[in-house]
Amino acid sequence: MLRFIPILTIVLMIGPVSAGLIGTLLPAFGILPALGGNSPSLDPLAALFAQPGLGSSIRLSFINGLAATVVSVATVMLFCAAWQGTRIFHAMQRILSPILSVPHATAAFGLAFLIAPSGWMTRVVAQVAGWDRPPDIAIIHDPWGLAMIAGLVAKEIPFLFLMTLAALPQADTERTTQVTATLGYGRVAGWFKATLPRIYPQIRLPILAVLAYSTSVVDVAIILAPTTPAPLAVRILGWLSDPDLALRFMASSAAVLQLVIVLVAMAVWFAGEKIIAILGRHWAEDGRRFKRDKGARGLGAVLALVAAGTVVLGLVVLLVWSIAGFWAFPDLLPRGFSLRLWARELDTIGSSLATTLCIGIPAVLIAVVLVLACLENEVRTGKSAGRRAMLLIYLPLLVPQISFMFGLQVFFTLIGLERTLMSVVLGHLVFVAPYVFLSLSDPFHALDPRYGQTALCLGASPARVFWQVRLPLLTRAVLTAAAVGLAVTVGQYLPTLLIGAGRFATVTTEAVALASGGDRRMIGIYGLLQMVLPFAGFACALLIPAFLFRHRRGMMAQHKE
Amino acid sequence: MGSKMRGFVSALALATGVAAASLSVPAQADPAPDVGNWQSVLDQARGQTVYWHAWGGEPRINDYIAWAGDQVLERYGVEVVQVKLTDTADAVTKVLSEKTAGIDDGGAVDMIWINGENFAAMKRNDLLFGPWAEQTPNFAYVDVENKPTVVNDFTVPTDGFEAPWGMAQVSFYYDTAKLDTVPKSAQELLEWLVKHPGRFAYPQPPNYMGSTFLKQILSEVVEDPSVLQKPANAADATETLEPLWGYLEDLQPLLWRDGQAYPQNGASMRTLLADNEVDIAFSFSSGEVSSAIEAFELPDTVRSYVFDNGTLGNTNFVAIPYNASAKAGAVVLADFLMSPEAQLRKQDPQYWGADTVLAMDKLPTDMQDAFANLDLGIASLSPAERGTVLPEPHPSWMSLVETEWQKRYGVVQ
Repeated sequence: MLRFIPILTIVLMIGPVSAGLIGTLLPAFGILPALGGNSPSLDPLAALFAQPGLGSSIRLSFINGLAATVVSVATVMLFCAAWQGTRIFHAMQRILSPILSVPHATAAFGLAFLIAPSGWMTRVVAQVAGWDRPPDIAIIHDPWGLAMIAGLVAKEIPFLFLMTLAALPQADTERTTQVTATLGYGRVAGWFKATLPRIYPQIRLPILAVLAYSTSVVDVAIILAPTTPAPLAVRILGWLSDPDLALRFMASSAAVLQLVIVLVAMAVWFAGEKIIAILGRHWAEDGRRFKRDKGARGLGAVLALVAAGTVVLGLVVLLVWSIAGFWAFPDLLPRGFSLRLWARELDTIGSSLATTLCIGIPAVLIAVVLVLACLENEVRTGKSAGRRAMLLIYLPLLVPQISFMFGLQVFFTLIGLERTLMSVVLGHLVFVAPYVFLSLSDPFHALDPRYGQTALCLGASPARVFWQVRLPLLTRAVLTAAAVGLAVTVGQYLPTLLIGAGRFATVTTEAVALASGGDRRMIGIYGLLQMVLPFAGFACALLIPAFLFRHRRGMMAQHKE
Repeated sequence: MGSKMRGFVSALALATGVAAASLSVPAQADPAPDVGNWQSVLDQARGQTVYWHAWGGEPRINDYIAWAGDQVLERYGVEVVQVKLTDTADAVTKVLSEKTAGIDDGGAVDMIWINGENFAAMKRNDLLFGPWAEQTPNFAYVDVENKPTVVNDFTVPTDGFEAPWGMAQVSFYYDTAKLDTVPKSAQELLEWLVKHPGRFAYPQPPNYMGSTFLKQILSEVVEDPSVLQKPANAADATETLEPLWGYLEDLQPLLWRDGQAYPQNGASMRTLLADNEVDIAFSFSSGEVSSAIEAFELPDTVRSYVFDNGTLGNTNFVAIPYNASAKAGAVVLADFLMSPEAQLRKQDPQYWGADTVLAMDKLPTDMQDAFANLDLGIASLSPAERGTVLPEPHPSWMSLVETEWQKRYGVVQ
């Protein structure tokens, strides 16, 4: 039975993605019988390439997505290199969970409320300078898309940091650092020369997921990116919701183009890896010590703190907006406070949180069970056979959601599963399982195999070894993976809306619907509400092991780093 | 696999299955109700659940919809669930994807709040159930005589495929504490902007409000407005639209952010005004401005006004998809929404503040009095203050204008 779980898991991941892609590919080439498209044609592609500003849209998706990824990766690497093992590093670890539980859109709104010309930071300047009007300059929706890059970076840094944290213990970094230090290398140079090459392969997948996400992002782009024209993914959504149904053909071909953009971005990334590997080898071998690296270390700390600080400060501004009375520019605080809107939403809040859990808990449980079974199967079969095949589990993270979600909706309708809790859970599982796998596989592989071997020698069955040795040792990792999974399911908008046919009103679907009304108070309320469940999840992941292992100091120590 | 684990997995599967069964809605065929026989409609409707897909961006409107749902549940045993959309077209997409998959019965969407292009597209593609609207009892109160848009949605005849729900008319608003005089025509707006560059913005077309602004300008600057009432004819269209592009040529550089960025929608214009980024904004309902003041979104010194030569007006409707699962229930709900009682509450800015589609002289006297006694709110315009209502152009003009706008101004980088 266990043997079949990996195949089942892969089918569950690949099936929906391929079904969805077919549903996108056919209309992209003119086939959509409901709208009279019965024969293949290249007209949709031609229509797409005749769209004004398509080049700029592609550029915004491609360049800005790459830029956001480069900046996020560079910041995380620099910060780890400069500060691993120090107090500031541990402090950063502690604020990581709260930041991870902030959905992308919430973080983006927080950033907008901070840096927009009418935002809180401008208000501070206006107070000093005596302005009564916000400056008429595009700080958000700027032509270069810098605000969008900033929004993405602020959210991707914590994610990549978490992934790096998971990889660090396996690279034996403490001793490496001691050796490089003894050889007289500066902290940063030593880390980049000796530790990074060992870490990188393990964080490569998360980086690719970040790259795929950043080059096809919709929500953050709507809030922060330029609109004349907008990045491609945003325009696709616009075409898909155009009353002129004939645009569906062109929208589908654009969704295919979006997929191509992501693939090309990855190809560019791979090429960049190769170049850096060649240059880096020379650099690593040239023996220069770079002992004076205060500047680099300072930069690493500043970048990481600014990123974290922006998200946290953005949340504070969201909170203030959610209880604000009238709040004129350039006042630093509202003229009055009111809990009226919170009170009014109370009923809806309860039921939407319940619905969110109704979908989230089964999705996370199934994902954790599947992933544990896959990993356990690997251990029992004793080889990393199929480990390559397991890469397929990440497919949903690398294919842009907008390229297959609409096709998937048609597919679920076809097989009569649409609108059921089961199909929504399945739709979520596609995104939850890869993240759970991502967070769990490193700790699982890092577990000292001698524990299991010893238990087997003492006569325990493989099942007993799993239940009584491996699983307890992995409690914290499993719970963290579950928390990551929960954060993923809470944040799903398109899958919930499309597959659920609007029957499932989660905090996120409510948030997005109300955000379209533009009232910052409602945006604040639902932005914060979206955080509640993921935050609770991460808190449990910290507190439950602490409670379970309160009499086992070794368990605490083992997972400290 | 260990027995414990196997047990756990099957328990999980069972739990999921049970939950799925209890929450899922079995697709069932719903025979078309015989709207001529109202009692049979009511009988058929009892026990049905109507999934009403409606824009969900405004808490007040959501509350009103919830109230209407409670009423029809109590009176007719019809349950109403609002599916809150960010964009009406999402519901159209839904129906379309069902048609693609051959789901001609038991569809997910029972009713849509709709008008204009979305209605035209659904009607054209045979995605609607009907005709039904004009046979419902409360349609008798609708002001067909004086409000021609209640049966002509953006000039497209409704033919009973949708029921009128509310009236809308463009009105502008500004903060009286900041401005003394306001521009009252397209031309005056341009002259005013020359003196106050950057203090006005319109949402980026094809956003509904942005396109509405372009149509408002078009209706004012076009040589012969009657041309706009007919489908656009490619040959003459270029010439007809020329004055609009001439106007925008002057306007664009004077806009907020020099026309490089736009507010996303009508609601973002409200935010811009509150932040003192612009001086003048507009909406489709002056009642909405009063509501926004009440909700602390705008200062209480904001007031509404209309252009001297009139502003665009239209009607919004509710329609039922051809494959709806609860057609009778939806018809009953739509009829209730047109009732004097529901329309009265809708016009009350305490609850919503949107204009009625009913004719006062057709109502019983007590309802006439109730309407007359409504306090419309501080920034709302009374019917007398609203001036001329300009008719919406045919939807084909909107598509032409949007496409050409995108070419000329949609790409500035």
